[in-house]
Amino acid sequence: MSLRRVVVTGIGAITPLGSTAPAYWEGLAQGVSGAGPITRFDASKFKTRFACEVKNYSPDDYFDRKEGRKMDLFTQFGVIASDEAIKDAGLHESGVNKDRVGVIWGSGIGGLTTFQQESFNFAKGDGTPRYNPFFIPKMIADSSSGNISIKNGFRGPNFVTTSACASSSDSIVSAYNYIRLGMADVVVTGGSEAAITEAGVGGFNALKAMSERNDDPATASRPYDKDRDGFVLGEGGGALVVEDYEHAKARGAKIYAEIIGGGLSSDAYHITAPDPTGEGVVLVMQNALRDAGIKPEDVDYINTHGTSTPLGDGAEITAIQKVFGDAAYNLNISSTKSMTGHLLGGAGGIEAVASILAIQHGIIPPTINHFTDDPELDARLNFTFNEAQKREVNIAVSNTFGFGGHNTSVVFRKFRD
Amino acid sequence: MLAKMVLFVPSFPQTPTEMSEIAEKVKAIIIDKLGVEASEVTPEASFTNDLGADSLDTVELIMEFEKEFNVSIPDDQAENIATVGQAISYLEEHAK
Repeated sequence: MSLRRVVVTGIGAITPLGSTAPAYWEGLAQGVSGAGPITRFDASKFKTRFACEVKNYSPDDYFDRKEGRKMDLFTQFGVIASDEAIKDAGLHESGVNKDRVGVIWGSGIGGLTTFQQESFNFAKGDGTPRYNPFFIPKMIADSSSGNISIKNGFRGPNFVTTSACASSSDSIVSAYNYIRLGMADVVVTGGSEAAITEAGVGGFNALKAMSERNDDPATASRPYDKDRDGFVLGEGGGALVVEDYEHAKARGAKIYAEIIGGGLSSDAYHITAPDPTGEGVVLVMQNALRDAGIKPEDVDYINTHGTSTPLGDGAEITAIQKVFGDAAYNLNISSTKSMTGHLLGGAGGIEAVASILAIQHGIIPPTINHFTDDPELDARLNFTFNEAQKREVNIAVSNTFGFGGHNTSVVFRKFRD
Repeated sequence: MLAKMVLFVPSFPQTPTEMSEIAEKVKAIIIDKLGVEASEVTPEASFTNDLGADSLDTVELIMEFEKEFNVSIPDDQAENIATVGQAISYLEEHAK
């Protein structure tokens, strides 16, 4: 059986840099930081008191009150991003067969706000259970893909992938697979997360994973800088409409890019620490390049996982150099998490959007907040520090890795007939 | 007391000034949870048929009534509370 070509025909994003895909891209291209003091709860006693929040967010701008009340914030972000992508792709206007449209979403955690709130309520009571009937359906991670399908009537394959910070790259690779295998014609994919809560911040602080640079939030996410001290928590969602090329052509859809490969692997090393040898990350990029049928020198841009943690950033760069050899010096490498913070299970979604728009605009978004070279990292590599760079991008690779040792890479190519 | 009986069992007040505190609270809960307009919340209005509630919404409403009025509504009696008027009547009778 021959595999079908898979193209991206719609994009959407709600991020700390902007609440639509174009606003997000503008922030990326200009090198803006999305970080600021936490406003969602009183963080005064927390080790980290800043994050990359979606700015000026009010569910009332998007949902009627009854609808919004039944969705956790991570699902709201998912519905908002996917609505933008679906509209961008013109799916409803084209009258697509909704039985052949799936939703494969990614979330690393699910409804953390909801879980926390219900637990608080129970703890405040006398032990009598008064759990809200919407508690479980709001909390479970798949309520995101469920709500997106219900809102749009999409009756194709529907599920959520959970692999921590690789979740929404896994959803995109799954969508790519379902379409190339002919199991759906269109899949709405990507991911969302909303973990800027007491439990989220307290939990990641306990892992010593987050930056504690409270005196200067805007420069705290500084991947590949010598003084990086952990990731900055972000929130939001990113969506793609991916589609069988023949299906897209038949309905005259605009095409952003082609997905030509996906790779997955596991570190099989430690539940939170990256393997310092980078072997799992070597494997995932090799798998992705093999699946795409391309050579290392064909790649122009890697949107790295690059979370700004001391160990993780180095391991990924070690792995890139092992896979790409001398071709690594011709790459543009950047971590857009320097601007957006780390969206956890939503990272792969917004970084796919960033990679696709880099191809479309011929601009590499920067790794901002570079002050001091890390002597452990090869200075001959182009990390796209501090300012965007113009570059014709034919092929971009998006890397994401998650606690649990999950590694996923997605390969996007400029579309040609 | 007689006036109250006449007003609320079985008829339903049509203007806010005539409403009991319980009826007002019930109406406010329904407006809040179901996201409906005050004018829709008539005594005959059925939660599911007229006010757009699904099965989970009705469970939530009953729980809110229990919390607000400090009562415990057994499942077999909750099944008989399908309209605004039925909720008010039940709570007028059982609220502590």
